[in-house]
Amino acid sequence: MKKIRIGSGAGYADDRIEPAIDLINRGNLDYICFECLAERTIAIAQNQKLADPNAGYNDLLEYRFKKILPAIKAHPTKVITNMGAANPVAATKKIVEMAAAYGIHHLKIATVSGDDITDQTSNYGANKMMEDHQPLSSLNRKVISANAYLGARAIVEALNQGADIVVTGRVADPSLFMAPLIHEFGWDFADYDKLGKGTLLGHLLECAGQVSGGYFADPGYKDVENLWNLGFPFADVTDEGDITLHKLPDTGGLLSTDTVKEQLIYEIQDPTKYYTPDVIADFSNVQVEPAKDGDGIHVMGATGRAKTGDLKVSVGYEDGYITEGGINYGGHNAFNKAKLATEIVRKRLQLLKVPVDAFKEDYIGADSLYHGVLPVPEHVSEIRARIAARTSSLAAAKEVVREVKSLYTNGPSAGGGVRTITQKIVAIASITVPENDIRTHVDYEEVK
Amino acid sequence: MKLYDIAHSRTGDKGNTSTISLIPYKEADFALIKKYVTDEAVAKWFAPLGPIKVTRYEFFKVPALNFVIENALGGGVTHSLNIDRHGKSYSSALLEMAIPDK
Repeated sequence: MKKIRIGSGAGYADDRIEPAIDLINRGNLDYICFECLAERTIAIAQNQKLADPNAGYNDLLEYRFKKILPAIKAHPTKVITNMGAANPVAATKKIVEMAAAYGIHHLKIATVSGDDITDQTSNYGANKMMEDHQPLSSLNRKVISANAYLGARAIVEALNQGADIVVTGRVADPSLFMAPLIHEFGWDFADYDKLGKGTLLGHLLECAGQVSGGYFADPGYKDVENLWNLGFPFADVTDEGDITLHKLPDTGGLLSTDTVKEQLIYEIQDPTKYYTPDVIADFSNVQVEPAKDGDGIHVMGATGRAKTGDLKVSVGYEDGYITEGGINYGGHNAFNKAKLATEIVRKRLQLLKVPVDAFKEDYIGADSLYHGVLPVPEHVSEIRARIAARTSSLAAAKEVVREVKSLYTNGPSAGGGVRTITQKIVAIASITVPENDIRTHVDYEEVK
Repeated sequence: MKLYDIAHSRTGDKGNTSTISLIPYKEADFALIKKYVTDEAVAKWFAPLGPIKVTRYEFFKVPALNFVIENALGGGVTHSLNIDRHGKSYSSALLEMAIPDK
Protein backbone atom coordinates (compact mmCIF):
# COMPACT_ATOMS: atom_id res chain seq x y z
CA MET A 1 0.00 0.00 0.00
CA LYS A 2 1.45 3.31 -1.09
CA LYS A 3 0.93 6.36 1.10
CA ILE A 4 1.78 10.06 0.73
CA ARG A 5 1.74 12.95 3.13
CA ILE A 6 0.27 16.35 2.22
CA GLY A 7 0.29 19.46 4.40
CA SER A 8 -1.86 22.56 4.32
CA GLY A 9 0.19 25.74 4.34
CA ALA A 10 -2.50 28.43 4.06
CA GLY A 11 -6.27 28.67 4.21
CA TYR A 12 -6.76 32.19 2.89
CA ALA A 13 -4.91 35.03 1.17
CA ASP A 14 -3.41 36.60 4.31
CA ASP A 15 -2.89 33.44 6.39
CA ARG A 16 0.08 32.97 8.75
CA ILE A 17 3.34 31.49 7.41
CA GLU A 18 4.94 30.15 10.64
CA PRO A 19 2.68 27.07 10.96
CA ALA A 20 3.44 26.19 7.32
CA ILE A 21 7.20 26.41 7.82
CA ASP A 22 6.86 24.33 11.00
CA LEU A 23 5.07 21.67 8.92
CA ILE A 24 7.84 21.66 6.26
CA ASN A 25 10.57 21.47 8.91
CA ARG A 26 9.07 18.85 11.20
CA GLY A 27 6.25 17.15 9.28
CA ASN A 28 8.23 14.94 6.88
CA LEU A 29 5.82 16.05 4.15
CA ASP A 30 5.84 15.01 0.51
CA TYR A 31 3.73 18.01 -0.56
CA ILE A 32 2.46 21.26 0.88
CA CYS A 33 -0.38 23.24 -0.68
CA PHE A 34 -1.07 26.94 -0.15
CA GLU A 35 -4.64 27.99 -0.92
CA CYS A 36 -4.59 31.79 -1.04
CA LEU A 37 -7.34 32.94 -3.39
CA ALA A 38 -10.76 34.12 -2.22
CA GLU A 39 -13.51 34.76 -4.75
CA ARG A 40 -12.85 38.48 -5.10
CA THR A 41 -9.09 38.47 -4.62
CA ILE A 42 -8.39 37.68 -8.26
CA ALA A 43 -10.48 40.60 -9.55
CA ILE A 44 -8.54 43.00 -7.32
CA ALA A 45 -5.28 41.39 -8.50
CA GLN A 46 -6.38 41.84 -12.12
CA ASN A 47 -6.54 45.61 -11.54
CA GLN A 48 -3.01 45.52 -10.10
CA LYS A 49 -1.81 43.64 -13.21
CA LEU A 50 -3.39 46.26 -15.49
CA ALA A 51 -1.42 48.94 -13.68
CA ASP A 52 1.83 46.91 -13.69
CA PRO A 53 2.38 43.85 -15.95
CA ASN A 54 4.73 42.35 -13.32
CA ALA A 55 2.13 42.58 -10.53
CA GLY A 56 -1.16 40.81 -9.86
CA TYR A 57 -0.02 37.83 -7.82
CA ASN A 58 -0.64 37.28 -4.10
CA ASP A 59 0.60 40.22 -2.00
CA LEU A 60 2.35 37.85 0.41
CA LEU A 61 4.11 35.73 -2.23
CA GLU A 62 7.55 37.21 -1.58
CA TYR A 63 7.02 37.23 2.20
CA ARG A 64 6.04 33.54 2.09
CA PHE A 65 8.65 32.27 -0.39
CA LYS A 66 11.42 34.00 1.53
CA LYS A 67 10.70 31.42 4.22
CA ILE A 68 9.44 28.54 2.06
CA LEU A 69 12.51 28.34 -0.23
CA PRO A 70 15.14 27.75 2.49
CA ALA A 71 12.78 25.33 4.28
CA ILE A 72 12.19 23.14 1.20
CA LYS A 73 15.92 23.16 0.51
CA ALA A 74 16.56 21.65 3.95
CA HIS A 75 13.48 19.38 3.85
CA PRO A 76 12.57 18.60 0.23
CA THR A 77 8.82 19.14 -0.14
CA LYS A 78 6.89 19.89 -3.31
CA VAL A 79 4.85 23.09 -3.24
CA ILE A 80 1.52 23.68 -4.98
CA THR A 81 -0.11 27.09 -4.72
CA ASN A 82 -2.67 29.37 -6.36
CA MET A 83 -0.67 32.42 -5.22
CA GLY A 84 -0.27 33.25 -8.93
CA ALA A 85 -3.72 34.89 -8.70
CA ALA A 86 -4.18 37.10 -11.80
CA ASN A 87 -0.57 36.74 -12.93
CA PRO A 88 0.94 33.27 -12.34
CA VAL A 89 3.64 33.94 -14.98
CA ALA A 90 4.96 36.95 -13.04
CA ALA A 91 4.68 35.00 -9.78
CA THR A 92 6.91 32.23 -11.16
CA LYS A 93 9.39 34.81 -12.46
CA LYS A 94 9.60 36.27 -8.97
CA ILE A 95 10.14 32.85 -7.34
CA VAL A 96 12.88 31.99 -9.86
CA GLU A 97 14.60 35.31 -9.10
CA MET A 98 14.39 34.66 -5.36
CA ALA A 99 15.66 31.06 -5.62
CA ALA A 100 18.65 32.23 -7.66
CA ALA A 101 19.38 34.98 -5.13
CA TYR A 102 19.27 32.45 -2.25
CA GLY A 103 21.54 29.99 -4.10
CA ILE A 104 18.87 27.32 -4.31
CA HIS A 105 19.52 25.14 -7.37
CA HIS A 106 17.91 22.27 -9.29
CA LEU A 107 14.42 23.64 -8.92
CA LYS A 108 11.79 23.14 -11.61
CA ILE A 109 8.88 25.56 -11.36
CA ALA A 110 5.69 25.08 -13.37
CA THR A 111 3.17 27.78 -14.22
CA VAL A 112 -0.42 26.77 -14.91
CA SER A 113 -2.36 29.32 -16.91
CA GLY A 114 -5.44 29.54 -19.08
CA ASP A 115 -7.99 30.28 -16.37
CA ASP A 116 -8.05 33.98 -17.29
CA ILE A 117 -10.78 34.51 -19.91
CA THR A 118 -11.36 38.21 -19.21
CA ASP A 119 -11.04 39.09 -22.91
CA GLN A 120 -13.63 36.45 -23.88
CA THR A 121 -16.53 37.52 -21.65
CA SER A 122 -18.42 38.97 -24.65
CA ASN A 123 -18.82 35.36 -25.93
CA TYR A 124 -20.87 34.50 -22.86
CA GLY A 125 -23.41 37.36 -22.73
CA ALA A 126 -26.30 34.89 -22.95
CA ASN A 127 -25.02 32.68 -20.10
CA LYS A 128 -27.16 32.95 -16.98
CA MET A 129 -25.63 34.30 -13.77
CA MET A 130 -26.01 31.89 -10.83
CA GLU A 131 -26.82 34.76 -8.45
CA ASP A 132 -29.97 36.10 -10.12
CA HIS A 133 -30.52 33.81 -13.13
CA GLN A 134 -30.28 36.80 -15.51
CA PRO A 135 -28.02 36.79 -18.60
CA LEU A 136 -24.48 38.06 -18.05
CA SER A 137 -25.10 40.78 -20.67
CA SER A 138 -27.68 42.38 -18.33
CA LEU A 139 -24.97 43.18 -15.76
CA ASN A 140 -24.41 46.72 -17.05
CA ARG A 141 -21.26 47.21 -14.98
CA LYS A 142 -17.57 47.45 -15.78
CA VAL A 143 -16.18 43.89 -15.89
CA ILE A 144 -12.68 43.64 -14.40
CA SER A 145 -11.93 39.94 -14.60
CA ALA A 146 -13.27 36.53 -15.59
CA ASN A 147 -11.52 33.41 -14.37
CA ALA A 148 -12.52 29.79 -14.85
CA TYR A 149 -12.06 27.36 -11.99
CA LEU A 150 -9.60 24.83 -13.42
CA GLY A 151 -9.42 21.25 -12.20
CA ALA A 152 -6.45 19.10 -11.18
CA ARG A 153 -5.38 18.03 -14.67
CA ALA A 154 -2.83 20.75 -15.49
CA ILE A 155 -1.21 20.45 -12.03
CA VAL A 156 -0.95 16.67 -12.49
CA GLU A 157 0.74 17.27 -15.85
CA ALA A 158 3.23 19.62 -14.16
CA LEU A 159 3.99 17.05 -11.44
CA ASN A 160 4.36 14.31 -14.08
CA GLN A 161 7.00 16.52 -15.73
CA GLY A 162 8.93 16.71 -12.47
CA ALA A 163 7.91 20.14 -11.20
CA ASP A 164 9.03 20.97 -7.65
CA ILE A 165 6.82 24.04 -7.35
CA VAL A 166 3.51 24.52 -9.19
CA VAL A 167 2.07 28.04 -9.40
CA THR A 168 -1.48 28.54 -10.59
CA GLY A 169 -4.15 31.20 -10.90
CA ARG A 170 -7.74 30.18 -10.32
CA VAL A 171 -8.03 26.46 -9.61
CA ALA A 172 -10.83 24.84 -7.62
CA ASP A 173 -9.47 24.71 -4.06
CA PRO A 174 -9.83 20.93 -3.53
CA SER A 175 -8.14 20.22 -6.90
CA LEU A 176 -4.88 21.78 -5.60
CA PHE A 177 -4.70 19.05 -2.95
CA MET A 178 -6.01 16.22 -5.12
CA ALA A 179 -3.48 16.69 -7.92
CA PRO A 180 -0.58 15.01 -6.04
CA LEU A 181 -2.79 11.97 -5.30
CA ILE A 182 -3.59 11.50 -9.01
CA HIS A 183 0.09 11.97 -9.89
CA GLU A 184 1.51 9.67 -7.20
CA PHE A 185 -1.09 6.90 -7.36
CA GLY A 186 -1.79 7.04 -11.08
CA TRP A 187 -5.52 7.43 -10.48
CA ASP A 188 -7.61 7.54 -13.65
CA PHE A 189 -9.44 10.81 -14.36
CA ALA A 190 -12.56 8.67 -14.90
CA ASP A 191 -12.25 6.87 -11.54
CA TYR A 192 -14.82 9.14 -9.97
CA ASP A 193 -15.00 7.37 -6.61
CA LYS A 194 -11.27 8.01 -6.15
CA LEU A 195 -11.68 11.62 -7.25
CA GLY A 196 -14.51 11.95 -4.72
CA LYS A 197 -12.06 10.85 -2.00
CA GLY A 198 -9.36 13.20 -3.27
CA THR A 199 -11.89 16.04 -3.28
CA LEU A 200 -12.75 15.23 0.34
CA LEU A 201 -9.06 15.52 1.24
CA GLY A 202 -8.88 18.91 -0.46
CA HIS A 203 -12.09 20.10 1.15
CA LEU A 204 -10.80 19.18 4.63
CA LEU A 205 -7.38 20.81 4.15
CA GLU A 206 -8.18 23.88 2.05
CA CYS A 207 -8.96 26.11 5.05
CA ALA A 208 -5.78 25.05 6.89
CA GLY A 209 -6.20 25.78 10.63
CA GLN A 210 -9.99 25.60 10.39
CA VAL A 211 -9.83 21.79 10.67
CA SER A 212 -7.22 21.70 13.47
CA GLY A 213 -8.91 23.85 16.09
CA GLY A 214 -9.26 27.24 14.41
CA TYR A 215 -12.74 28.77 14.25
CA PHE A 216 -13.93 26.15 16.78
CA ALA A 217 -13.33 27.42 20.34
CA ASP A 218 -16.34 28.17 22.54
CA PRO A 219 -14.95 28.51 26.08
CA GLY A 220 -16.57 26.11 28.51
CA TYR A 221 -18.28 24.22 25.70
CA LYS A 222 -15.57 23.56 23.13
CA ASP A 223 -12.19 24.34 24.67
CA VAL A 224 -9.06 24.54 22.53
CA GLU A 225 -5.61 24.63 24.12
CA ASN A 226 -3.06 27.22 23.08
CA LEU A 227 -5.14 28.55 20.21
CA TRP A 228 -2.60 31.37 19.86
CA ASN A 229 -0.10 28.77 18.60
CA LEU A 230 -2.48 26.98 16.22
CA GLY A 231 -0.83 24.18 14.26
CA PHE A 232 -1.85 23.60 10.63
CA PRO A 233 -3.05 20.15 9.51
CA PHE A 234 -1.49 17.46 7.34
CA ALA A 235 -2.85 14.17 6.05
CA ASP A 236 -1.57 10.72 5.24
CA VAL A 237 -3.47 9.41 2.23
CA THR A 238 -3.36 5.86 0.88
CA ASP A 239 -3.61 4.86 -2.78
CA GLU A 240 -7.18 3.76 -1.95
CA GLY A 241 -8.00 7.30 -0.85
CA ASP A 242 -8.18 6.63 2.90
CA ILE A 243 -7.37 9.80 4.82
CA THR A 244 -5.82 10.20 8.27
CA LEU A 245 -5.56 13.79 9.48
CA HIS A 246 -2.83 14.95 11.87
CA LYS A 247 -1.24 18.02 13.35
CA LEU A 248 2.28 18.34 14.72
CA PRO A 249 3.07 17.64 18.38
CA ASP A 250 3.85 20.74 20.48
CA THR A 251 1.49 22.98 18.53
CA GLY A 252 -1.69 24.55 19.85
CA GLY A 253 -5.14 23.84 18.52
CA LEU A 254 -7.23 20.70 18.51
CA LEU A 255 -7.75 17.94 16.00
CA SER A 256 -10.77 15.89 17.02
CA THR A 257 -13.75 14.20 15.40
CA ASP A 258 -15.73 17.35 16.27
CA THR A 259 -13.33 19.77 14.57
CA VAL A 260 -13.23 17.55 11.48
CA LYS A 261 -17.03 17.27 11.34
CA GLU A 262 -17.40 21.06 11.38
CA GLN A 263 -14.99 21.44 8.47
CA LEU A 264 -16.51 18.50 6.56
CA ILE A 265 -19.88 20.28 6.42
CA TYR A 266 -18.46 23.80 6.04
CA GLU A 267 -19.79 25.55 2.92
CA ILE A 268 -21.35 22.36 1.56
CA GLN A 269 -24.88 22.60 0.22
CA ASP A 270 -26.33 19.23 -0.90
CA PRO A 271 -23.74 16.73 0.44
CA THR A 272 -24.58 14.27 -2.34
CA LYS A 273 -23.58 16.84 -4.97
CA TYR A 274 -20.35 18.73 -4.33
CA TYR A 275 -19.43 20.09 -7.75
CA THR A 276 -15.80 20.49 -8.77
CA PRO A 277 -14.19 20.69 -12.23
CA ASP A 278 -13.01 17.07 -11.77
CA VAL A 279 -15.97 15.23 -10.26
CA ILE A 280 -19.32 15.51 -8.51
CA ALA A 281 -18.32 14.31 -5.05
CA ASP A 282 -20.72 12.73 -2.56
CA PHE A 283 -19.86 13.33 1.11
CA SER A 284 -23.22 12.19 2.52
CA ASN A 285 -21.84 8.87 3.81
CA VAL A 286 -18.46 10.09 5.04
CA GLN A 287 -17.38 8.67 8.41
CA VAL A 288 -15.13 10.52 10.88
CA GLU A 289 -13.47 8.44 13.61
CA PRO A 290 -10.36 8.44 15.79
CA ALA A 291 -7.65 6.45 13.97
CA LYS A 292 -7.42 2.83 15.17
CA ASP A 293 -3.86 3.32 16.46
CA GLY A 294 -5.00 6.41 18.34
CA ASP A 295 -2.90 8.71 16.15
CA GLY A 296 -4.99 11.22 14.19
CA ILE A 297 -8.51 11.27 12.79
CA HIS A 298 -9.54 8.77 10.13
CA VAL A 299 -11.92 9.99 7.40
CA MET A 300 -13.43 7.72 4.75
CA GLY A 301 -16.49 7.00 2.67
CA ALA A 302 -16.55 9.73 0.03
CA THR A 303 -17.66 8.68 -3.44
CA GLY A 304 -18.14 10.46 -6.74
CA ARG A 305 -19.69 10.45 -10.16
CA ALA A 306 -18.96 11.99 -13.56
CA LYS A 307 -18.27 15.74 -13.67
CA THR A 308 -20.71 18.04 -15.46
CA GLY A 309 -18.29 19.06 -18.21
CA ASP A 310 -18.86 22.73 -17.40
CA LEU A 311 -16.55 25.00 -15.45
CA LYS A 312 -17.64 27.74 -13.09
CA VAL A 313 -16.35 31.18 -14.05
CA SER A 314 -16.15 34.06 -11.57
CA VAL A 315 -16.72 37.41 -13.22
CA GLY A 316 -15.48 40.37 -11.18
CA TYR A 317 -17.13 43.75 -11.79
CA GLU A 318 -17.15 47.22 -10.31
CA ASP A 319 -20.19 47.81 -8.13
CA GLY A 320 -19.93 51.30 -6.68
CA TYR A 321 -18.97 52.09 -3.10
CA ILE A 322 -19.91 50.98 0.39
CA THR A 323 -19.37 53.49 3.19
CA GLU A 324 -19.54 52.47 6.82
CA GLY A 325 -19.37 54.76 9.84
CA GLY A 326 -20.03 54.58 13.54
CA ILE A 327 -20.12 56.40 16.87
CA ASN A 328 -20.29 55.11 20.46
CA TYR A 329 -22.58 56.07 23.33
CA GLY A 330 -22.56 54.84 26.94
CA GLY A 331 -24.32 55.03 30.26
CA HIS A 332 -27.85 56.22 30.89
CA ASN A 333 -29.99 56.24 27.72
CA ALA A 334 -27.15 55.02 25.48
CA PHE A 335 -29.41 53.00 23.16
CA ASN A 336 -31.80 55.93 22.59
CA LYS A 337 -28.91 58.25 21.80
CA ALA A 338 -27.64 55.74 19.25
CA LYS A 339 -31.07 55.54 17.63
CA LEU A 340 -31.26 59.34 17.49
CA ALA A 341 -27.82 59.42 15.84
CA THR A 342 -28.78 57.06 12.99
CA GLU A 343 -32.06 58.92 12.51
CA ILE A 344 -30.17 62.20 12.12
CA VAL A 345 -27.86 60.77 9.44
CA ARG A 346 -30.79 59.19 7.58
CA LYS A 347 -32.81 62.44 7.59
CA ARG A 348 -29.81 64.59 6.60
CA LEU A 349 -29.10 62.38 3.58
CA GLN A 350 -32.77 62.66 2.57
CA LEU A 351 -32.77 66.43 3.07
CA LEU A 352 -29.60 66.86 1.03
CA LYS A 353 -30.94 64.44 -1.61
CA VAL A 354 -27.71 62.43 -1.54
CA PRO A 355 -28.07 59.62 -4.10
CA VAL A 356 -27.86 56.60 -1.80
CA ASP A 357 -28.81 53.22 -3.34
CA ALA A 358 -29.20 51.41 -0.01
CA PHE A 359 -28.91 52.44 3.64
CA LYS A 360 -28.64 50.40 6.84
CA GLU A 361 -28.65 51.23 10.57
CA ASP A 362 -27.23 48.85 13.17
CA TYR A 363 -26.65 49.00 16.94
CA ILE A 364 -23.46 47.14 17.78
CA GLY A 365 -23.79 45.57 21.21
CA ALA A 366 -27.55 45.23 20.95
CA ASP A 367 -28.75 44.55 17.41
CA SER A 368 -26.28 44.32 14.55
CA LEU A 369 -25.87 40.64 13.60
CA TYR A 370 -29.26 39.00 13.66
CA HIS A 371 -31.81 41.50 12.31
CA GLY A 372 -34.26 40.48 15.04
CA VAL A 373 -33.71 36.69 15.00
CA LEU A 374 -32.47 36.96 18.61
CA PRO A 375 -34.18 39.26 21.14
CA VAL A 376 -32.90 42.85 21.35
CA PRO A 377 -32.23 44.20 24.88
CA GLU A 378 -33.96 47.44 25.95
CA HIS A 379 -30.95 48.91 27.72
CA VAL A 380 -27.22 48.38 27.35
CA SER A 381 -24.40 50.17 29.16
CA GLU A 382 -22.58 50.98 25.94
CA ILE A 383 -23.40 50.76 22.27
CA ARG A 384 -22.12 51.71 18.83
CA ALA A 385 -24.44 53.19 16.26
CA ARG A 386 -23.41 51.99 12.79
CA ILE A 387 -24.47 53.36 9.45
CA ALA A 388 -23.79 51.65 6.14
CA ALA A 389 -24.65 53.04 2.72
CA ARG A 390 -24.16 51.87 -0.84
CA THR A 391 -23.61 54.62 -3.41
CA SER A 392 -22.78 54.60 -7.11
CA SER A 393 -20.48 57.63 -6.83
CA LEU A 394 -17.55 58.50 -4.63
CA ALA A 395 -18.98 62.01 -4.18
CA ALA A 396 -22.12 60.58 -2.56
CA ALA A 397 -19.97 58.31 -0.36
CA LYS A 398 -18.09 61.41 0.85
CA GLU A 399 -21.37 63.09 1.81
CA VAL A 400 -22.29 60.06 3.92
CA VAL A 401 -18.90 60.28 5.65
CA ARG A 402 -19.40 64.00 6.40
CA GLU A 403 -22.82 63.41 7.95
CA VAL A 404 -21.44 60.67 10.24
CA LYS A 405 -18.57 62.94 11.32
CA SER A 406 -21.03 65.75 11.99
CA LEU A 407 -22.53 63.64 14.78
CA TYR A 408 -19.78 65.01 17.03
CA THR A 409 -20.89 68.64 17.14
CA ASN A 410 -24.41 68.34 15.71
CA GLY A 411 -25.61 65.03 17.20
CA PRO A 412 -26.70 63.60 20.57
CA SER A 413 -24.62 64.24 23.71
CA ALA A 414 -21.47 62.35 24.69
CA GLY A 415 -20.87 60.45 21.48
CA GLY A 416 -17.30 59.34 20.78
CA GLY A 417 -15.10 57.20 18.60
CA VAL A 418 -16.26 58.20 15.13
CA ARG A 419 -14.57 56.17 12.41
CA THR A 420 -15.56 55.87 8.78
CA ILE A 421 -14.39 53.75 5.88
CA THR A 422 -15.32 53.87 2.20
CA GLN A 423 -14.54 50.87 0.00
CA LYS A 424 -14.71 50.57 -3.77
CA ILE A 425 -16.69 47.39 -4.27
CA VAL A 426 -15.67 44.57 -6.56
CA ALA A 427 -18.60 42.21 -6.87
CA ILE A 428 -18.71 38.71 -8.32
CA ALA A 429 -21.13 37.13 -10.75
CA SER A 430 -20.81 33.43 -11.55
CA ILE A 431 -21.56 31.68 -14.84
CA THR A 432 -20.63 28.29 -16.25
CA VAL A 433 -18.88 27.67 -19.56
CA PRO A 434 -18.08 24.39 -21.38
CA GLU A 435 -14.70 23.07 -20.23
CA ASN A 436 -13.68 22.55 -23.84
CA ASP A 437 -13.71 26.34 -24.30
CA ILE A 438 -10.88 26.68 -21.79
CA ARG A 439 -7.32 26.07 -23.00
CA THR A 440 -4.94 25.46 -20.12
CA HIS A 441 -1.20 25.35 -20.56
CA VAL A 442 1.80 24.60 -18.40
CA ASP A 443 5.14 26.37 -18.76
CA TYR A 444 8.37 25.47 -16.99
CA GLU A 445 11.28 27.47 -15.62
CA GLU A 446 14.38 25.83 -14.19
CA VAL A 447 16.80 27.18 -11.64
CA LYS A 448 19.94 25.23 -12.63
CA MET B 1 -33.18 23.01 26.42
CA LYS B 2 -31.30 25.01 23.88
CA LEU B 3 -29.47 23.49 20.93
CA TYR B 4 -26.12 24.76 22.26
CA ASP B 5 -26.48 22.29 25.16
CA ILE B 6 -26.33 19.29 22.82
CA ALA B 7 -24.87 20.46 19.51
CA HIS B 8 -22.30 22.62 17.76
CA SER B 9 -22.39 24.46 14.47
CA ARG B 10 -20.37 26.35 11.83
CA THR B 11 -21.63 28.72 9.13
CA GLY B 12 -20.40 29.03 5.57
CA ASP B 13 -21.54 31.16 2.64
CA LYS B 14 -21.89 31.05 -1.14
CA GLY B 15 -23.17 34.23 -2.76
CA ASN B 16 -26.45 35.14 -1.04
CA THR B 17 -26.81 31.68 0.54
CA SER B 18 -25.87 30.77 4.10
CA THR B 19 -25.04 27.16 5.03
CA ILE B 20 -25.29 26.21 8.69
CA SER B 21 -24.30 22.82 10.10
CA LEU B 22 -25.81 21.28 13.22
CA ILE B 23 -23.72 18.53 14.80
CA PRO B 24 -24.73 16.77 18.04
CA TYR B 25 -21.90 16.26 20.53
CA LYS B 26 -23.37 12.79 21.23
CA GLU B 27 -24.69 10.59 18.45
CA ALA B 28 -27.60 9.61 20.72
CA ASP B 29 -29.01 13.15 20.47
CA PHE B 30 -29.21 13.07 16.68
CA ALA B 31 -32.75 11.63 16.62
CA LEU B 32 -34.01 14.46 18.84
CA ILE B 33 -32.40 17.10 16.65
CA LYS B 34 -33.71 15.47 13.50
CA LYS B 35 -37.22 15.38 14.97
CA TYR B 36 -37.45 19.00 16.06
CA VAL B 37 -35.03 21.01 13.94
CA THR B 38 -36.90 20.66 10.67
CA ASP B 39 -36.50 22.93 7.67
CA GLU B 40 -39.83 24.55 8.63
CA ALA B 41 -38.62 25.21 12.19
CA VAL B 42 -35.40 26.79 10.93
CA ALA B 43 -37.28 28.88 8.36
CA LYS B 44 -39.52 30.19 11.15
CA TRP B 45 -36.52 30.88 13.43
CA PHE B 46 -34.68 32.91 10.79
CA ALA B 47 -37.84 34.52 9.32
CA PRO B 48 -36.76 38.05 10.45
CA LEU B 49 -33.99 37.83 7.81
CA GLY B 50 -36.66 38.28 5.12
CA PRO B 51 -37.97 36.03 2.35
CA ILE B 52 -35.60 33.11 2.88
CA LYS B 53 -35.82 29.52 1.66
CA VAL B 54 -34.49 26.72 3.87
CA THR B 55 -33.50 23.24 2.71
CA ARG B 56 -32.28 20.60 5.17
CA TYR B 57 -29.72 17.99 4.20
CA GLU B 58 -28.35 15.06 6.18
CA PHE B 59 -24.87 13.66 6.66
CA PHE B 60 -25.98 10.13 7.46
CA LYS B 61 -22.95 8.70 9.24
CA VAL B 62 -21.41 11.74 10.96
CA PRO B 63 -24.33 12.17 11.85
CA ALA B 64 -25.31 15.79 11.34
CA LEU B 65 -27.72 18.14 9.58
CA ASN B 66 -26.91 20.90 7.14
CA PHE B 67 -29.23 23.84 6.55
CA VAL B 68 -28.98 25.75 3.29
CA ILE B 69 -30.65 29.14 3.64
CA GLU B 70 -31.11 31.02 0.40
CA ASN B 71 -31.47 34.82 0.31
CA ALA B 72 -30.05 35.14 3.84
CA LEU B 73 -27.11 37.52 3.39
CA GLY B 74 -28.61 40.86 2.44
CA GLY B 75 -27.79 40.43 -1.24
CA GLY B 76 -24.60 38.41 -0.91
CA VAL B 77 -21.08 38.78 0.33
CA THR B 78 -20.04 41.40 -2.22
CA HIS B 79 -23.27 43.43 -2.09
CA SER B 80 -24.48 43.31 1.50
CA LEU B 81 -24.51 46.27 3.90
CA ASN B 82 -24.53 43.84 6.85
CA ILE B 83 -21.67 44.19 9.32
CA ASP B 84 -21.23 40.39 9.08
CA ARG B 85 -21.39 40.12 5.30
CA HIS B 86 -20.73 36.37 5.33
CA GLY B 87 -23.32 35.62 8.03
CA LYS B 88 -20.55 33.87 9.97
CA SER B 89 -22.36 34.55 13.26
CA TYR B 90 -25.60 32.82 12.20
CA SER B 91 -24.46 29.51 13.72
CA SER B 92 -24.69 31.12 17.18
CA ALA B 93 -28.25 32.23 16.46
CA LEU B 94 -29.29 28.71 15.42
CA LEU B 95 -27.82 27.28 18.63
CA GLU B 96 -30.09 29.62 20.65
CA MET B 97 -33.14 27.74 19.40
CA ALA B 98 -34.96 25.82 22.16
CA ILE B 99 -36.31 22.30 21.61
CA PRO B 100 -38.16 19.83 23.91
CA ASP B 101 -35.78 17.46 25.74
CA LYS B 102 -37.47 14.28 24.51
